[in-house]
Amino acid sequence: MYTQAMDTAPKDATPAVRSADEAALQTRFDARIDAGEFIEAKDWMPAHYRKTLIRQISQHAHSEIVGMLPEGNWITRAPTLKRKAILLAKVQDEGGHGLYLYAAAETLGVSRDELLEALHSGQAKYSSIFNYPTLTWADVGTIGWLVDGAAIMNQVPICRCSYAPYARAMIRICREESFHQRQGFDALLTMMQQGTDAQRAMVQDAVNRWWWPCLMMFGPPDDQSPNSAQGMRWGIKRISNDELRQKFVDATVEQARVLGVSLPDPALQWNAARGHWDFGAIDWSEFWQVVGGEGPCNRERLSARVNAWQAGAWVREAAMAHAQKHTIQQEAA
Amino acid sequence: MQASISIHDSPELRYVLRLADTCLILAQRLGQWCGHAPVLEEDIALTNMALDLIGQARALYTHAGDLHATLNGVRYDEDQLAFLRDERDYFNPTLVELPNALDGSAAPGDFAQTVLRNCMIASLLVLVWTALLRSNDKALAAIAEKAIKEARYHQQHYADWVVRLGDGTDVSAKRMQHALGLLWPYVSELFVEDAIDRAAATQGLGPAWSTLRASWMSQMQSVLEAAQLQVPQLNAFCSTGRCGVHSEHMGFLLAEMQHLQRAYPGAVW
Ligand SMILES: [Fe+2]
Ligand SMILES: [Fe+2]
Repeated sequence: MYTQAMDTAPKDATPAVRSADEAALQTRFDARIDAGEFIEAKDWMPAHYRKTLIRQISQHAHSEIVGMLPEGNWITRAPTLKRKAILLAKVQDEGGHGLYLYAAAETLGVSRDELLEALHSGQAKYSSIFNYPTLTWADVGTIGWLVDGAAIMNQVPICRCSYAPYARAMIRICREESFHQRQGFDALLTMMQQGTDAQRAMVQDAVNRWWWPCLMMFGPPDDQSPNSAQGMRWGIKRISNDELRQKFVDATVEQARVLGVSLPDPALQWNAARGHWDFGAIDWSEFWQVVGGEGPCNRERLSARVNAWQAGAWVREAAMAHAQKHTIQQEAA
Repeated sequence: MQASISIHDSPELRYVLRLADTCLILAQRLGQWCGHAPVLEEDIALTNMALDLIGQARALYTHAGDLHATLNGVRYDEDQLAFLRDERDYFNPTLVELPNALDGSAAPGDFAQTVLRNCMIASLLVLVWTALLRSNDKALAAIAEKAIKEARYHQQHYADWVVRLGDGTDVSAKRMQHALGLLWPYVSELFVEDAIDRAAATQGLGPAWSTLRASWMSQMQSVLEAAQLQVPQLNAFCSTGRCGVHSEHMGFLLAEMQHLQRAYPGAVW
């Protein structure tokens, strides 16, 4: 999900000229990867591996914090105190995920400020799913169920990522993501089973709008994913986009049945020969349109982040100035 | 549209609602910051305080619902109390309902006003909860015991921010002083003595907030002094939210908060 980095970046060129020393290091690195060893921050790694990880981890971090916005949109309108508390806790978790991930990226030698600068300038991306609007309360439940559900599918394999600080961050994150999915499903189930017709219609409408964008979260089809092979080779990516997407569809069809909602795909059908659900063609032009900046909320999301950062500059400067005065006073004393 | 519930006018119930509404309405304001704070750590901290306040409000509303049932046999649940009252039946002090930027200077808020208000209210709540530990209402005392730890943490966290910003840069000092000028006039209301408070004090239910004034003032003064801010004078203005007469901002806050409960009668969320 949050890791479209390798899919949406241009195909990387492999660096050509290398010293003999570096070639030896490279060989040792490749052997470690092949042996399934984890790479730590202090270990030698190829520049290209480092760059790819920075891109992926930071995109993941940005997705967590931009992802706070669509759901944050409903905190003040949550329909009960219990739901308000759950939503606050969930959005707070996403902020925490952002923190762990920025910290993991920092082990690779970039600062959080640099990464944020790249987000704010539009140079770094975040998951395009967050460029869709949350129009009703059922969207909040649907995000938990489908968006967090897709995120879990995508993120569980990253817990075994070859870069250890990223893998460790993902283990913590995945633990919390399953609560996110459950609370979303539970919110929808309550509306479907105990609610009114108007509420059931609200849920169905939300599922209709989120279903296809959620399938797009896994990234373009394998044959159009330029950097996937390298990611697999390095143990950064473990399962292909199409495999993950299929796993997600297979798991979700049954959950939709329990909920009593239909999924908006007439081609959805059990294929006994494959042992999987077949599903209809995804409109990839929509995906590329949203990735390219022309989704329903791209401008609002980015400007919300930029405005928060700019409006908060005086606070960060003051905190720094205060801390400096304080250390000077302590040193003088 | 879902109609409003009517609330028994017993002083004891109102006393509990004043505290519950203070928690809920401030949490509502803090929730508006989500995703927009100056740094990620403070985004999380604001959400954290909102969560604690919601937890406290829930316990208090449930207790108020029980009280209501003993008064006239009608038991309300936490959501009926939180979402289905008319504006005049909310009894929080006006200070907590004010927008995050009272002067309209920034959306979703001015961090200076937010940290100052959080410090002011958390300091008040620490005193209220401390006194409630001795309440002869055992349920209320139990709520206080859990809440006081949370309130102490909020007080410390936001007092630190008041000092940091007051004694930071010239810009931040100016902004904090401006925030103080905007919010300080709402202090008077916090400590007005009235029949509801007197009844609570006489019954041993809880403190009259007026009796907390001296401690609150001295705590705030030491924070503001450390922040190198000038404490404004209190003049004749006195807001009246605790009596149910609110500012112009309250109606919008409630419209937003109540919207789903009002628009979908019979719904289960
Ligand atoms: Fe997350
Ligand atoms: Fe999540």
